[in-house]
Amino acid sequence: MATATLEPQVDRGEPIRGPSAVGGDFRRALTLTIAIARNDFKLRFFGSVLGYLWQLMRPLMLFGVLLVVFTQIVVVTDTEYFPVALLLGIVLFTFFAEATGNAVGCVMVRENLVRKIHFPRLVIPMAVVMVACFNLALNLVVVVVFALAFGIDPSWNWLGVIPLLLALIVFASGLAMLLSALYVRYRDVEPIWDVMLQVTFYASLILVPYEAIREKSETLASVLLANPLAAVIQETRHLLIDPSYVNVVRGIGGWALVLVPGALLVATFALGLRVFNREAPRIAEEL
Amino acid sequence: MATASIPGPALTVEHVSKSFRTPVEAQHTLKERALHPFKARELRAFAALKDVSFTVAEGEFFGIVGRNGSGKSTLLKCLAGIYGIDEGQMFRRGRMATFIELGVGFNPDLAAYDNVVLNGIMMGLSPSEAKARYERVIAFAELEEFQDLKLKNYSSGMHVRLAFSVAIQVDADILLIDEVLAVGDAAFQQKCFDVFNRMRDEGRTILFVTHDMGTVNRFCHRAMLLDHGAMVAIGEPRMIGDRYLELNFTEKAQTHRRASTERIGDGRARIVDAWLEDHHGLRRTQFLSGTRNIFHAVVEFAETVEDPSLTVAFRNEHGHNVVIVSTLVEHCETGTFHPGDVAHFAVSFDNVFGPGRYEPLANLASGEGHELIDRWENQLSIMVRGLLASGGFVDVPNRWTIEQGAGLEIPPPFIEKSPA
Repeated sequence: MATATLEPQVDRGEPIRGPSAVGGDFRRALTLTIAIARNDFKLRFFGSVLGYLWQLMRPLMLFGVLLVVFTQIVVVTDTEYFPVALLLGIVLFTFFAEATGNAVGCVMVRENLVRKIHFPRLVIPMAVVMVACFNLALNLVVVVVFALAFGIDPSWNWLGVIPLLLALIVFASGLAMLLSALYVRYRDVEPIWDVMLQVTFYASLILVPYEAIREKSETLASVLLANPLAAVIQETRHLLIDPSYVNVVRGIGGWALVLVPGALLVATFALGLRVFNREAPRIAEEL
Repeated sequence: MATASIPGPALTVEHVSKSFRTPVEAQHTLKERALHPFKARELRAFAALKDVSFTVAEGEFFGIVGRNGSGKSTLLKCLAGIYGIDEGQMFRRGRMATFIELGVGFNPDLAAYDNVVLNGIMMGLSPSEAKARYERVIAFAELEEFQDLKLKNYSSGMHVRLAFSVAIQVDADILLIDEVLAVGDAAFQQKCFDVFNRMRDEGRTILFVTHDMGTVNRFCHRAMLLDHGAMVAIGEPRMIGDRYLELNFTEKAQTHRRASTERIGDGRARIVDAWLEDHHGLRRTQFLSGTRNIFHAVVEFAETVEDPSLTVAFRNEHGHNVVIVSTLVEHCETGTFHPGDVAHFAVSFDNVFGPGRYEPLANLASGEGHELIDRWENQLSIMVRGLLASGGFVDVPNRWTIEQGAGLEIPPPFIEKSPA
């Protein structure tokens, strides 16, 4: 219409958008994640007198029990560094279990926020992962102290652990997003994931090292390394503890096959992000 | 051709529809789920908002009124971006803050500082802004002495004060406020409204959701009435108030019709019919305050009754008997009635009721009102509309005289002399 162009444009401001995973404001999402994670961490720290020590108690107790069983009663491996390798495995698994296990019901726990404030929904599972990261960082200090006590010399190889840990965090984040989004609709996710975590513990080369399994079945050993968590644990042992721990490339059978855990990791993250993104707008209603 | 843009309304809502999908829960037995684990859940759509459009001008105090379940809170949550909408568009001009609940995300195990900062960030402040405002928040809440305590050690009053001062420190141009904010003791409520009034005077735009018409009349420039998710009316608060009453009235009348009640009384007689007439002599359920109305009752006698009395009470929504008229009070002799007699009672009275809904109740009794023969109740619900609503329970005719000027004779105070 000719007349329409003569009318001055009415400035209606910006459109109001519904809830979403990130909402286009990445900085705000990050700020919020840090703020929530910080408070959560603080709570656990100052919740009791011994604070962090309790936090450490669980992996250490598990470590103690397993160490006694597997060095005094059943001997799986007689490598010199078995205790350090075991502790490292437990610490990494603890991170994984904490990040994903706590993520399952996290949206439900924060129900009050979700239903009453507009903010990027992704913040909730990410804060859970971040708290797990804080704990991991502290636990790794214990591992390093332990390693030094065992006479392992620090080397430049240790820096290689950083990208591995990042990969593990990405993997856990993917699962955290996936699980927290699914849980809103399907409450069955919680028991299922409980069982899955148990299976993962035994399937991640924590107790029985790769080398011991390979003696029985080379195929099984390679298949187990397809699990990104197992691959990360194995490679970290190789870099951090002793080169005698077979590195993943050789263990799985060549560079091409390393793509399997790699692809699994990327796929998990992508799937998690996609599912969470899809569910985010309706999370507040479905709770 | 480039045209200058003129500022539009602070909030624009165009054809917004929203429905909730609720699962039909019936088939969720364990057996069913085991048999059909991947069967898609049956969903029932519930339309919470139907094609709602309105605008709120800058600086306007706008009320959204509706009964429970009318969709008013859903609308607020859609505007706040908590729920996504299915259809339509919404725009805002300026920064918006939502107060659906006070102290969202407060953690009882953390001290005031952590809670205030986190809450500020949640409301959209940057961490440094939130930290910078902490002193002001604590000062406004008057909690300086208690700031090192964990929140769980606060009294509920302190808790609310803290939450409220966090909320109002977030400077926004548009405020979305839910009625739950106005809970709490009267003093706190007043403080809330004082702040809202101040914000209104500062030219901020306020959207207020409530089911209380009184609040709307007191504060709002304009209001909107929602019912079953659709917009029924928009305009002047008083007009909206009338429509809201009407809506409540029809609904209530329907529910009452269904509740046929057992009659109380010894049954020596029965009120078989009763109704109200307006000043034109027409049987109605809606009346204008200030007119003359007549209550009629038809009574059938089964036994001989001497000098029965009839008392009619008008109850408001809170169950108060606002007006009572009775043959007992007027000392009318009603006479003697025999079995099979039919009597017609009528009482006219000035309708002084304040606007609202009332239920008439009639008691037929004998022996100075002590022996109840029949009670007629829950049968009728009337609505009174007022041209002038004073806000009191009743509006009585009144006349004022005001004199002004020097040399006015003020009568000396009357002092009762003791009979010494």
